[in-house]
Amino acid sequence: MRDVPILEVRNVTKRFPGVVALNRVNLTVRPNEIHALLGENGAGKSTLMKIISGAYQKDEGEILLDGRPVQISKPSDSMNLGIAIIYQDLNLIPDLSVAENIFFGRLPHKGFLRAVDFNMIKHASQELLTRVNARIDPMARVGDLSVADRQLVAIARALSFKPRVLIMDEPTASLSAQEVQTLFDVMRDLKTQNVGLIFISHHLEEIFEIADRVTVLRDGQYVDSKPIDELDKETIVHMMVGRRMETLYPRVHSPQPDSDVVLRVEGLSQGNTLHDISFGLRRGEILGISGLVGSGRSELMHSIFGGRPIDSGEIWLEGRKVQFHSPSEAVAYGIALVPEDRGDEGLHLEMSVRENICLPHLRRFYQNFRISRKAEEKTSKSLISRLNVKTTGSEQLVGFLSGGNQQKVAIAKWLVSEPKVLILDEPTKGVDVGAKSEIHRIMSELASRGVGIIMVSPELPEILGMSDRILVMSNGRIAAEFSRAEATPDKIMMAATSGGAA
Amino acid sequence: MNMEKQIQSDSKDSSGAREQFSGFVRQLGPTLGLIVLCIVAGILSPVFFTVSNLMNIVLQVAVIAVIAAGMTFVILTGGIDLSVGSILGLTGVLLAGIFKATGSVFLAVLSSIVIGGLLGLVNGLLVSYGNVPAFCATLGMMAMARGLAFVYTKGMPISGFPDSFRFFGSAYVGAIPVPVMEAILIFVVAWYILTKTPAGRSIYAVGSNEKASRLSGIKTDFYKMLVYVISGVLTGFAALMFVGRINSAHPLAGQGYELDAIAAVVIGGTSLSGGQGSIAGTFMGALIMGVIRNALNLLNVDAYWQQVVIGAVIIAAVLMDWRSKKQQLA
Repeated sequence: MRDVPILEVRNVTKRFPGVVALNRVNLTVRPNEIHALLGENGAGKSTLMKIISGAYQKDEGEILLDGRPVQISKPSDSMNLGIAIIYQDLNLIPDLSVAENIFFGRLPHKGFLRAVDFNMIKHASQELLTRVNARIDPMARVGDLSVADRQLVAIARALSFKPRVLIMDEPTASLSAQEVQTLFDVMRDLKTQNVGLIFISHHLEEIFEIADRVTVLRDGQYVDSKPIDELDKETIVHMMVGRRMETLYPRVHSPQPDSDVVLRVEGLSQGNTLHDISFGLRRGEILGISGLVGSGRSELMHSIFGGRPIDSGEIWLEGRKVQFHSPSEAVAYGIALVPEDRGDEGLHLEMSVRENICLPHLRRFYQNFRISRKAEEKTSKSLISRLNVKTTGSEQLVGFLSGGNQQKVAIAKWLVSEPKVLILDEPTKGVDVGAKSEIHRIMSELASRGVGIIMVSPELPEILGMSDRILVMSNGRIAAEFSRAEATPDKIMMAATSGGAA
Repeated sequence: MNMEKQIQSDSKDSSGAREQFSGFVRQLGPTLGLIVLCIVAGILSPVFFTVSNLMNIVLQVAVIAVIAAGMTFVILTGGIDLSVGSILGLTGVLLAGIFKATGSVFLAVLSSIVIGGLLGLVNGLLVSYGNVPAFCATLGMMAMARGLAFVYTKGMPISGFPDSFRFFGSAYVGAIPVPVMEAILIFVVAWYILTKTPAGRSIYAVGSNEKASRLSGIKTDFYKMLVYVISGVLTGFAALMFVGRINSAHPLAGQGYELDAIAAVVIGGTSLSGGQGSIAGTFMGALIMGVIRNALNLLNVDAYWQQVVIGAVIIAAVLMDWRSKKQQLA
C-alpha cells in the first residue's frame, strides 16, 4: 500500500539576491519512514528546511500535506499544520525546567493569580518524556542536563505539538556513539507512531543505519531520491559531490618534495576536540585540511596559533621546539592566522584599511618614537594594489568593503612581513567568484616564494584544486592523508564521514 | 547585473561619506557645544567672560580633567573605572600622612603616583587576567578605597600644609596656575601616546574588537591591565593637586568624581563601548562640565538642582552616542 505521502515538496525554487539557493527541488516523505536529506555544506538543505518550517518563503513550487496543497507563510503556520523542527542548537532555555521548556510559550495558568499550573505541565511532560524513553525529572533545570538528554527534551517538546512531520537537523552532531543509539531507538519508535521523520546528518554510517529513503541535493539542485537498499556509500558520495572540477583553481607551482619542513606538529591533543594530531608542512607547500563542521579543523588551527591551550603534544618550527602561550608569541615567530570569521575575529571593521593592515606589525612602523604614518601608508598602498583590494583608499573603513575585499585585507595584514607559515581558515567563505580566484592566485604566489600554507576549507573542489597534500579530519583525528595525485572527492568524503576510524 | 553592482557601490560610497560625516561630528561636536555654551553663559551672566571667572573655571576643571584623561584610556578599551573618586580620597589622605611624617615633598609626589598606580594595578589585574567585569571590579575598589581612607584617618581630615607641598595644586607661574599647566601637559602626553605609539593604537584596537586584536598578535590582557594603571596613576596625581588646592586631605574627598570624569569622557565623544573617541574630546568634555557648573553657580541655581542638570547632560550625551552608533549600523 503505497499510500499518500505525508509531506510532498514539488519543484520548490528559492532565490536570494544574486543566487538561486534552491532550483526546482523535490522531497517526498511517506508515512512511517525516516527520510534522510543529504548534501554538502551549502547544497540547500537548511534553506529547504526553513521553507518547510515557514522561516523562509518559497518563490515557486508547492508543498502538499497529506495530499492537500498547503500555504506556509510563517513558522506558526507550519506548527499548526503539524510540522515540527528541531534545530541543531535545540533552542532550549537553560535556566528553566524541563517541563517549562516543553510548554514554553503556552504555559497553562490557573487560579486568581494566573500562576503557572506546574502540576499539569509536570504530568504532561512526564508522559511525553516516557514516549521518548527519557528518564528525566520534568522539574530538573535544562542547563544541568547532558547534551543527549537535552536532545530528548527537544524531541519531547516537538512531540507536544502532535506533529505529522518531524525535522531533525544534525541531531547527532554532538552526541557520543552510545547516545546516538539511544536517539535512534527513539526515532524508530516514533516511526511506528505514524510520524514522518526528516533526518539530516553528515555521517553516512548513521544514514545507512537509520534511514529508509534518501534525497540528495547538490548546489541547490535536486539530484535524486532512492530507497536506502538501492544505494551504497560510494554512490551516495558521488551523488553529493557530482562531477564539477578544476579550472577555477590555478595551482601552478608544486614544491620540491625535498624542501625543508617548516612546521611539524606531533601528538597534539586537547580535551575532547583534538586527538593525537601529527603532521608536517614543507616550505612552499599548500596543505589542505578537509573535514566536516565539528571535526576539529578550526580548533586545530587556533591551537597551533597559541589561541587555544593544548593538553599534550609538541610544535616544531624550523627544527626548533616552540610553545606559544598566546597568539602574540606565534606572530613573533612568523606564524599568521586568517580566521574563519573575518568580521568577528579577523578584522577591525570600524578601523581603516591602513590601520588593519599595519596592526600586527606596529613595532615595525614605530620609528623615532612615533608610528610613521608615511611608512604605514606606503606599505598599505602597495599591499592594496598587490592584492587588488577594491577600496576608495587606505583610509576607507574596512566595514564598508565587500566580503571579498575584506578577506583580502584580512590576508594583506599578514603580508607586511612575509610569514613562515600562513594558516587560512576558510579563506573564500562568503567571497564572490572573482575575489575567490584572486585569493587563490595570491596563495599560489606566496607558496612559490616559500611560504608554508595551511588551508582549511569545507569545499572539496577548492581543497582538490589548491592543495599539494590533503589531510582529512574527523572527530578530532586525522582520518586520512592524500597526495594531490591520489585525492578524489569520493575518497575525501569517505574519510570525512568515517567517524575517525580509518 | 552591472547596473546592480554600480548601485551597490554607490550606496557603499554614500554610507562611507555618512560615516566620515559622523566621525566629523564626533570630533567637532564637543567643540561646537563648548562655544555655544560659553556664548549662552556670557549672555545670561555678565560676569562669565571676566578673566577671574574664566581662571576660576579652568582651575576647578583641572583636577577632573586629569582624572578624565586616565578614564579616556579605560573607556577606549571598552572598560569603566568607577573607583577614581575613592582612589583620589585614599591617595590624598595617605600622601598627606606621608608628608606630615617625613616632610618630604618628593616623597609625597612619588607616593601619589605609586599608590594610585598600585590601586589601579589591582583593578587592572582583576579585569584583565581575572576576567572580572570592569564594573564589578572597580565598584568593589570604590568601596574598599573609601573605607580604607576612613580607617586610616579615623574620619578626621588632615589639614595645613606649607606652600612647597601645595605647589602642585595652588601655585602660579606668572599669571598661569600650575594645576592648569599640569593638566595641559598631561593631555599632551596622553594625546601623544594614544595617537603616535603602538600602545595607543593597540588600546583603540582592543576596544574596537578584542578577539581580532588578540589574533593579530596584540597582548590584549596587558593593555587591558595597563589602562587601569594609567587611570590610577593620573588619579593619584590628581589627589596631590586636589589636596594642595584646598589645603586639606579629607577621607571623603573626590566623592562622585567618577561621574564627572566619565561624563567628561562621554560628552567628549568617546564611545562607552570602546574603540572610538579622542583625548582632545575629553578635554572639551571636561571644559563643558566646568562651564555648565560655573554658569549654574553664576545664575544662582540651587546646588541640588545643579546635580539634576549635570545628570541630564550625561544622559543626553550617552543618548547621542547611542544614536550615532545606530546610524553607523543602519
